[in-house]
Parts: sequence; C-alpha cells; structure tokens
Amino acid sequence: MKIHIRNGRLIDPKNNIDAIQDVFIAAGKIVAIGSAPADFHANQTLDATGQIVCPGLVDLSARLREPGFEYKATLESELRAAAAGGITSLACPPDTEPVLDEPGLVEMLKHRAKLLNLAHVYPLGALTRQLEGKQLTEMCELTEAGCVGFSHATAPLTDTLVMRRAMQYASTFGFRVWLHPEDVYLARNGVAHDGEVAARLGLTGIPSSAETIALATILTLAQETGAHVHVCRISSREGVEMLRKAKQQGVTVSSDIGINHLHLTEHDIGYFDAQCHLKPPLRSQRDRDALRQGLVDGTIDAICSDHTPVDDDAKLAPFAESEPGATGLELLLPLTLKWAQESGTPLLKALASVTSEPAALLGITAGHLAVGACADVCVFDMEEYWKVAPQSLLSQGKNSPFLGLELAGKVRATIVAGHLVHQA
Amino acid sequence: MKLPDAEQLLVELAEKIRPLIQGKVALVGIHSGGAWLAERLKEILDGDVPLGALDISFYRDDFEQRGLHPQVKPSHIPFEVEDCHIILIDDVLYTGRTIRGAMNELFDYGRPAKITLAVLIDRGGRQMPVEAQIVGTRCELEAHQSLELLRDDSGKFSLKLHENL
Amino acid sequence: MPQNPQLNKNGELQHLLSIEGLSKDILRHILDTAESFTGVSEREVKKVPLLRGKTVCNIFFENSTRTRTTFEIAAKRLSADVVSLNVNSSSQSKGETILDTVDNLTAMHSDMFVVRHSQSGAAHFIARHVAPHIHVINAGDGRHAHPTQGLLDVFTIRRYKPDMHNLRVAIVGDLLHSRVARSEIHALTTLGVPEVRVIAPKTLLPENVDRMGVQVYHDMREGLKGVDVVMMLRLQNERMSGALLSSAQEYFKCYGLTQEKLALAKPDAIVMHPGPMNRGVEIDSAVADGAQSVILPQVTYGIAVRMAVMSILAGNTE
Repeated sequence: MKIHIRNGRLIDPKNNIDAIQDVFIAAGKIVAIGSAPADFHANQTLDATGQIVCPGLVDLSARLREPGFEYKATLESELRAAAAGGITSLACPPDTEPVLDEPGLVEMLKHRAKLLNLAHVYPLGALTRQLEGKQLTEMCELTEAGCVGFSHATAPLTDTLVMRRAMQYASTFGFRVWLHPEDVYLARNGVAHDGEVAARLGLTGIPSSAETIALATILTLAQETGAHVHVCRISSREGVEMLRKAKQQGVTVSSDIGINHLHLTEHDIGYFDAQCHLKPPLRSQRDRDALRQGLVDGTIDAICSDHTPVDDDAKLAPFAESEPGATGLELLLPLTLKWAQESGTPLLKALASVTSEPAALLGITAGHLAVGACADVCVFDMEEYWKVAPQSLLSQGKNSPFLGLELAGKVRATIVAGHLVHQA
Repeated sequence: MKLPDAEQLLVELAEKIRPLIQGKVALVGIHSGGAWLAERLKEILDGDVPLGALDISFYRDDFEQRGLHPQVKPSHIPFEVEDCHIILIDDVLYTGRTIRGAMNELFDYGRPAKITLAVLIDRGGRQMPVEAQIVGTRCELEAHQSLELLRDDSGKFSLKLHENL
Repeated sequence: MPQNPQLNKNGELQHLLSIEGLSKDILRHILDTAESFTGVSEREVKKVPLLRGKTVCNIFFENSTRTRTTFEIAAKRLSADVVSLNVNSSSQSKGETILDTVDNLTAMHSDMFVVRHSQSGAAHFIARHVAPHIHVINAGDGRHAHPTQGLLDVFTIRRYKPDMHNLRVAIVGDLLHSRVARSEIHALTTLGVPEVRVIAPKTLLPENVDRMGVQVYHDMREGLKGVDVVMMLRLQNERMSGALLSSAQEYFKCYGLTQEKLALAKPDAIVMHPGPMNRGVEIDSAVADGAQSVILPQVTYGIAVRMAVMSILAGNTE
C-alpha cells in the first residue's frame, strides 16, 4: 500500500523537524520525506493541508481490560479508540485477570492484538507473581514473549526486600522496572488529595507523603541496585523535587505523568464529581504547577493517558464508592495540545512528550518519522474542536472529567505500519 | 378616587364593634394590617379584652404557586379559643381567601363559639362565600388596583391606592 | 464549576444538601420561618396544612432512629404523608444500587426525599439523579454535611444569644469525622459570627481546617476562655482503634467538658451537643444536665427547623 501524505506540517521531535513536508509511505515504512521517490504511484493520497503530520503517539499506559474485564472494555474497542486518538504504539499494565505473569498469557495478548491490525501493543509484565509482592516472575521468559518492562501496576509492593531483589534481578538483564509510588498505609481508604477540598467535602485524604515516602524507598533502592526504574504517574510537587534531585545525582530513573494531572486539581472535584476520582488523586494547584514545570525542564520525561475505562455504573455512585480512573486514549493528543498552548510550549517539544520520549522509555524504535522508520503516523487538525461525549468516544469507557467540554485537536488519519487504521 | 380617612373609619368601626364586647370575647387581627387595627381597637374599646394575631401564611391556598411567604411572622393566640366569641379583624376584604385561611387556622386552636368578621374596607370581588358582619366602608376597585393600610411612626393610619399594571 | 445544585434557576432552594453554598439570606429565611413553627408545637392541633397531599420519603441508608423520628414528626406536622425506609438491610445487601432504590420510590409518587447515607456526597449524587420535581434533604452524608443539624444549632444559638455578630463560639471534639461540625462551621461563618474556634487533638482535625475560617486550638482550657457558646461533638467508640486516640479516659481528661473547664468560658455561656451524648467521654453528666445546657431545647427546635426546611422547599417549584 503506497500512501502519499501531501502538504502537511511535519513535526518530528526526535529528528527536530518542523516544516511543511510531504511524506511517502510504502511497504509499511517511510520511504521518503519531501519529494517523491522515483516511480512512486500512491494508492492513497491524504491531503494534509493545514494539518499536522507527526509520529503516531506512543502511550505508556493504557488498560485494555483484556483478559478478564471484558465488561468494561475489549481489546478491539480500545485499540479502535487508540487509533481514533492517533496512538500507534501503547504499553498495557499487567493488572488484568489473570495477571500478566505467564508467558502464555502475554503471547496470547500480543497475538490477539496483532490480528486486529491496529496499534502495536507492548505488554508490561508483572514484576511479582499475581502482583502479590512476594515472588519474582520469569522475567526472561516474559521478555521473550514480548514484555518491554516489568510493572507492579497499582498493587502494593510493601516488602522492601522483595522490591530490592526484584530490582537487582531485573537489572541483571537490563529490564526496566515500572513502579507507582504510593505508601499503602498512608493511602489506605483515601480517595482524594489530603488538602482543603477533602477536608471540606469530608473525603478521606491521601497525603502527598504517601507518594514521597514510597518514592524515597524506590529511589534509594534504584540507586543502590543500579536498576532502571520508571516512576509512574507522579502527582505531587515534593515528588517532582525528589525526582529532580535523584536525576542530578545520576540515578537511572525516569518518570511519567497522567494527562489529567497536567490539567486538573482537587478543586475540579466540585460537587463530588466522580469523574475526578482518580488514582493518584488530583492534588493542589501548587502541585499541578510543579508537575507542569517538571515536564518542561525534563524532570518528568513523558505524558501518558493512563487510560482506565470503567463501565457506566462504576461512576454512578457517591464519590468514594465510585471506581477511580478516566478514559484517556482519545484525549491524550488534544489535552497535550491544550497544555502546549496554555504554557507556551512549542509543539515540537510538547509532542516529544507523547512520541519520542515514551518510545525511548519503552525501548522501541517508534515515535519518529525518519526515512526507513516504521510508518506509524498521525495526521491531525490542531484547530478543529470536538465535543467530548459518550457518542463521540470510541472507547467503551465514557468516564472522563472532560465530558461535555470541547477540545481542540481532531485526528484526521492514523496509519500503523503503513496501513490506514483510522480516518475522519 | 378619593381615599377615605383611615383614622376616621377606625373610630366608626370601633363604635360598631363596641356592643359585642361582652362575655367571653377576644379580638384577633390578621397580619399585618388587621393586627395593627386590632391593637388600636383594644386601646379604644377596652384595655382588658384578650388580643391575638394570626399569620395565615401556613393556611394560604396559593402555596403551590407562590411558595412560602417570605415575611412569615408567628401567629400568637394567648387565650383559650374554645367557646370564645372571636372578633376577627382585617383591613381590606377582597376575594375572601384570606378569611377562609384564617378561619381554618383558628379552628386548629380550638372550637370558637362564634366568629364575627369586622373589616375596615370591603372592596367587593369575592371569590369565596364570605361576608363581613361589620364593615367600615364599601368601595369598588378594578382588578389591577389594590388598597394598602399604612401605619406611620407615630401609629397613625392612612390608606394607599396601588395601580399594579 | 457547575451551578450550585441546591438552587433552581430562580436562585431559590430546590434541595438542601449542605450549608456551604447557601447565602446568608437563605439561611435567615429558614431560621425566621422556623420561629413561626415553634408556636405550632405548642398548640392543641400541632399541624398546619402546607404539605397536605404530599409524600415525604425518609430514605435512611445509614441507621438513625433519632433523626428519622424528628423528620417524621416534622413532616406529619405539615400534614404530609410519610414513608420511612431503612435501606441498609434488605435491598442494598441484594445489590440494589442507590439509584434503583431512588427510582422505585419516585415511581411511588414521592415529592420529597430525606436521605441519610454513610458516604460523603451521597445526597448530592441522589439530587443529581432525581426527577426534576423532587426535593432532596440531606439528613447526613458521611463526614460531609448535616445541614438541618447545623441550622437547628444556629437557631438555638440565635434564641439564647441574639447578637450573632458579637459571639465567640467553640466547637470541641472529633471534627475530622464530623458532618455536624462542618455544617455548624459554615452556618456560623456565613451568618457573621466573628470568632469560631475548633478545639481538638491534631489527629481529629481535618487538613487545612483553618481554611474554613476557624481558629485552631489544641489546648481546651485556652480555647474555652471567654467563649459564649460551647458546642460539643460526639466521640464515636471506634475512634479508639486506628491510632487516632489512646483511650476514652485520656480523651476526657484533655477534651471532655467538665464544670471546671466550663467555668473558663463566660458565666452565661451555653452548652450544646447534637446528641446522642457519651457521658463521661466528651461531656460530664453535671454539665449535660446543668443550668447552662441547652441540649434538650435543641431537640425541640430541630422539629421546627425541619418543618421550615420542608415547607420552603415544597413551595419552591419552578
């Protein structure tokens, strides 16, 4: 399939390109940029005039809900949502049912995803069996089956000896360890940031120290073991500061932030809006500002969607009884653009947070569009607004704090491995 | 139209009521105008006659449409209604709905022996089968007009005509 | 931030979910209306016909005989038909959701729901989902609010200390877990009480509580100096476990109201408690039954205040 993307503004952060350039695709790869190769006859031409052409987005965390939670969402529905969101590669956490701790399960997931021919799926294997925090998983076997790293998702890993050993083992083979910093005791029963909003609303709070105490443990062990650790979903300003210092000291640590935390604070809970019930919780304005600063100065490496679709009933309950999480695949791009616009961050840098940076963290070659690269492309209209509503979302998860709002940034075409998987 | 002198009317009304002040009798005024009049009538007629006031907000028939009247003042009936002759006093008698509500409320306090209605002005336009046995004066007003009893700082009464367009 | 869900398009009260978000005028209107209703309770026929033909449904997902009974009495005195449901037992355990319960009751032609639930935000949640003509009264949601209690407490204070702009009020006890305290604080600050003090150990105070407009004291003797009103809060038994407190005895020693501590307040200070009391834990019997206690009148005023809330809501239909 030969595709010619004409007259679009090509933004490729990794290769530092921001210019009007045509892109030529054949046999699943980028074959030329700028002028057509000899004898190139396109089967399909996409007119990208006034639109932006960028590498397909790389999402570090998307819950696809298979296996086990098919009533919330399915592989097919969520990968279609990813395509609609311009996402061509994504990593999924191991907290499925059963947990992704067996090579067979990983192979099956990869196989099923491949059959759908939508985004490339990169599973994160469980760091411990059943995510119980006691015994290590067969990390080599799991890597062979397709895992790109090992995560403990949001399951608690309280035994520090196990954490240390898991890091040592993973780093023996150069595997990356993905950890969510949350102290299980301080976070117990908490549903919101332990600040003035939770105080007024009578909600059990999770103090920032729940994050920083766990982060201190993670960073100390990371430094000691030399493991590559990726800190997932940082939420507090103190946490950002700790990461900054750790990086300055040369600790091999990276981090990401969920897209909602880039925009929202505890005040958005308003009158107990369960759509703002998230994990980690939305914290104060000062925290949000520190997170934004962290992204700009590189303390935080990437933005992810933290896609967590839930079924409709799950949010139809009083705040603390609702299921935490937000749908995110289709919101990653527009919300990244919104942040870029509000903060005055150039598009080239902003898009790096969702393309080249996360690709590097996953250890995959995606996230850029040099000649010879796999043709994973996203074409979008930066000026076009669309309304976030159950009808407009392809994901089975209709849960978002942004429901009812209009966002700018509509994906017009998504190409994965040279195939057009979404067009609007 | 020329408005009657409220003070003069009140004196005349008092004389019409005077023969009734005997035995177990009480004056009950309906807030606010009727209550003011009842207070003054007590002074004119007999300092010892029991005095009460009714705020009929809880007995109005337009609660569904208009909600609770914002200026609710408490009703105050400091005497035994049972077997009492109540002289019910109001400033302006119009549709008769206020009187209907007032009677309902009075009966929640006890069973009066008799109720006599005395009003300063009867302006006609009845929507209920209610009549005042004692009337200061009668006049006809248009539907868009209303009559208000005013009391100044010295306690002097006067009448004001409103054109509600 | 969406529009205040308690108000209808005309800015009138459609639901009573929390004191927070209500203007001084709305609060005063409720209190003034309650004044009129106190008289009704003293008549032979303790009823007025305002809610005749209406059905008030008490939906208590969390048990409470006291509060439910006062709401029942209040509704009956307004001539309403009353249905009371203790939901925790039957349907909830069968997995029926809150909304299913509410929908069933709506189908039975209820006009007003009085709701109590163990989760903060439950009343807001229900109000968001009921049919437009139904009014919701929050009878207590988790730790968030108990607006009728806050109102009756302020009504009581107003009765004994009419000049609210000159008062020092102290609220003592487990504020962290108290919906009553939160409602009291909002009512007092909205009505212009210049000094509201909270007295509790750090473990029993919410984070950033000073942002609610109160002064924080950890020393009860300091906190009680010169106050006009002492509002005690109930201490639940379960607070002794969970590392919040050490023992009931130590709590009583530091934060219990005794005659000796009360003497530090103004000589004519009044003592209040939302009930039920834990004698010997947060309050001494001598004080609870003493001359300065207005705990029993609080209960009577509770009926008048609830009658006021119900009639105002019932009269506000768009």
